Amino acid sequence: MHEENKISSSDIFRDDIVTSIYNRAKEISEAVVNAPKQKTLDWNNKLDDILTSKWTGFPIMLLILCFIFWLTIVGANIPSAMLSRILFWIEDKLTEIFIFFDAPSWLHGILVLGMYRTGAWVVSVMLPPMAIFFPCFTLLEDFGYLPRVAFNLDRLFKKAGTHGKQALTMAMGFGCNAAGVVACRIIDSPRERLIATLTNNFVPCNGRFPTLIALSMILIGATVHSPFVSFLTSGIVILLVLSGIAVTFIVSYILSKTILKGTPSTFNLELPPYRRPQIGKVIVRSIFDRTLFVLGRAVSVALPAGAITWLVANIMIGDASILNHISGFLDPFGIAIGLDGVIILAFILGLPANEIVLPIIFMSYLSKGAMIELDTIEEMRNVFISNDWTWLTCLNVMLFSLFHFPCGTTLWTIRKETQSLKWTVASFIIPTIVAIIVCFSTTRIVYWFI
Amino acid sequence: MGLTCSSCKKKSIVDLYHVEKTSSNQVIVALAGNPNTGKSTIFNELTGLKQHTGNWPGKTVTNAKGFYTRKDKEFILVDLPGTYSLFANSVEEEVARDFICFAKPDATIVVVDATCLERNLNLALQVMEITDNVILCVNLLDEAEKKHIQIDLKKLSNELGIPVVGTVARNRKGLEVLMDTVYNVCTKKIIPKPKPMIYPEAIETELQKILSMIEPLVPSGFNPRWIALRLLDGDTDILDKITHYTDCKGACNHA
Repeated sequence: MHEENKISSSDIFRDDIVTSIYNRAKEISEAVVNAPKQKTLDWNNKLDDILTSKWTGFPIMLLILCFIFWLTIVGANIPSAMLSRILFWIEDKLTEIFIFFDAPSWLHGILVLGMYRTGAWVVSVMLPPMAIFFPCFTLLEDFGYLPRVAFNLDRLFKKAGTHGKQALTMAMGFGCNAAGVVACRIIDSPRERLIATLTNNFVPCNGRFPTLIALSMILIGATVHSPFVSFLTSGIVILLVLSGIAVTFIVSYILSKTILKGTPSTFNLELPPYRRPQIGKVIVRSIFDRTLFVLGRAVSVALPAGAITWLVANIMIGDASILNHISGFLDPFGIAIGLDGVIILAFILGLPANEIVLPIIFMSYLSKGAMIELDTIEEMRNVFISNDWTWLTCLNVMLFSLFHFPCGTTLWTIRKETQSLKWTVASFIIPTIVAIIVCFSTTRIVYWFI
Repeated sequence: MGLTCSSCKKKSIVDLYHVEKTSSNQVIVALAGNPNTGKSTIFNELTGLKQHTGNWPGKTVTNAKGFYTRKDKEFILVDLPGTYSLFANSVEEEVARDFICFAKPDATIVVVDATCLERNLNLALQVMEITDNVILCVNLLDEAEKKHIQIDLKKLSNELGIPVVGTVARNRKGLEVLMDTVYNVCTKKIIPKPKPMIYPEAIETELQKILSMIEPLVPSGFNPRWIALRLLDGDTDILDKITHYTDCKGACNHA
């Protein structure tokens, strides 16, 4: 068919072809459609004027974000406490059964103190916030708000040398970073897609949200006692999210000025009409499809991790447990950036799924010291305090959790999407360096002032 | 062994758009349409799958595949990414176009938004140039009704020369008729006869010239007029793809 290739083609033909098609479409639709004359302003446009305006767009966006977090935190508190009371009551019963059958204590340790307890913790801490957060988010998506967010953020992204659609991939990242990375396919330019992929990890996924929420409750509970605790808690979570977004812009900017140089491409983002969300369907879908799916994955990773943590904490080499040896080894590095060896180890063990980082920290502390009943945030706090945590440690764990390397699933997805080991490694190293720098400088700055 | 598919450089294009039929009762149906017209909703309702839907364009980035049965046939439904045209200006457009062109679905449903029919018809007209077996699904009729937009579906069907079905996919309204129509098209009970696009004389003359030259060269299964049009608008990429596609198919058959 090479001969035909020589036939010169001109843009005029293409234009004419396109015009003909458009004219035909117009002709047909005029013949079959009977529509009233469009009113100049319908409520769709009016709403868009407000939601995407230069002045009100951002504040409204922030308010909506605040409201969702506040709802999540307030709403999750009571069911969380109830769930954990039930689950830990079951743990007591399980222990009684083990005692009744005179089971060896190591078996009880692995199964009950290791696997069951970690699993119960993951369920009671993660399930309620997710069951509130996901449906809220899906409702907004169904309503048609997400593209407006992308529209609002487009100017900022352009300044950072990247693509406005990155906002949509970030929004997906709130659900799951692996899903966010897949969503980067909507960006056509390979350069901008790569930037979006590399920085997606800076929006906290639902695996890290419960961690951030629990820690901010612990942090606030530790300093203030007032009816505004839930407001303060959601305020902290929002600050964290915003700093994640800020880092996204900074890292995107640096990347687009250095190794991924180029000019941002323009794009047409169609703002879809607002549609009344199908509330019932959305809630059912987001609970069954997203919440239970994510929870299932978290539990299936948490169970073996719980067993390993218990074993590591209870097998003695010489005069100390393996856990003590490893965490002792990691301690100097951990302390230098305002954490400790146990926390670093937990983040490493938590590579398969970020959800289990906090439970692992917990298990490690508990297996070292005395057993404590744990059904409130208050008691969790006591465990941390008795292990030398200060508010600074708490803050650093949150920051590290926000900025550190992506989870195993996300890394695997990046490898698949980019088809490149180099960029996968980069997506591991860049966030890790950012996390270390942020934690280190936070610690130094705080020490400077105190 | 000779040449096998794996030794073929561009096997990807065959593999990429190859949908495995496991029995002769299976038919392939593609779902095309502008972004945010409810393709994924129709896909979910028909297949019972829960492909994530959301109110923003560009949500479907891959070809999702699902199944449903109707009477004696099993339908493989492929949800294509939403596009405004098939000129291969973007990855999505290329994916959608190549699927219709190379996977040769037994039928293609073009989903259009009833509230902005004119813009949506552009895609339908382009799909009709590649394949005859097109069914137009006019979705979101409820929103059109709210805006007091009335569409004469029968007349639309006459104008286009293909079956037209009105639906409100969110409430499953019209989906039974849609499935019946798809069934009838796949079993040749209905044979759509898309009215060909008539281009301005200058283009038509060129088209006839090219057609007379390439007609004997075009492999079976490809529409020569459409290929001639692509030649006219300077799309050489599609030619390479067709060449490799036929080369590879040939290699596979000889191996």
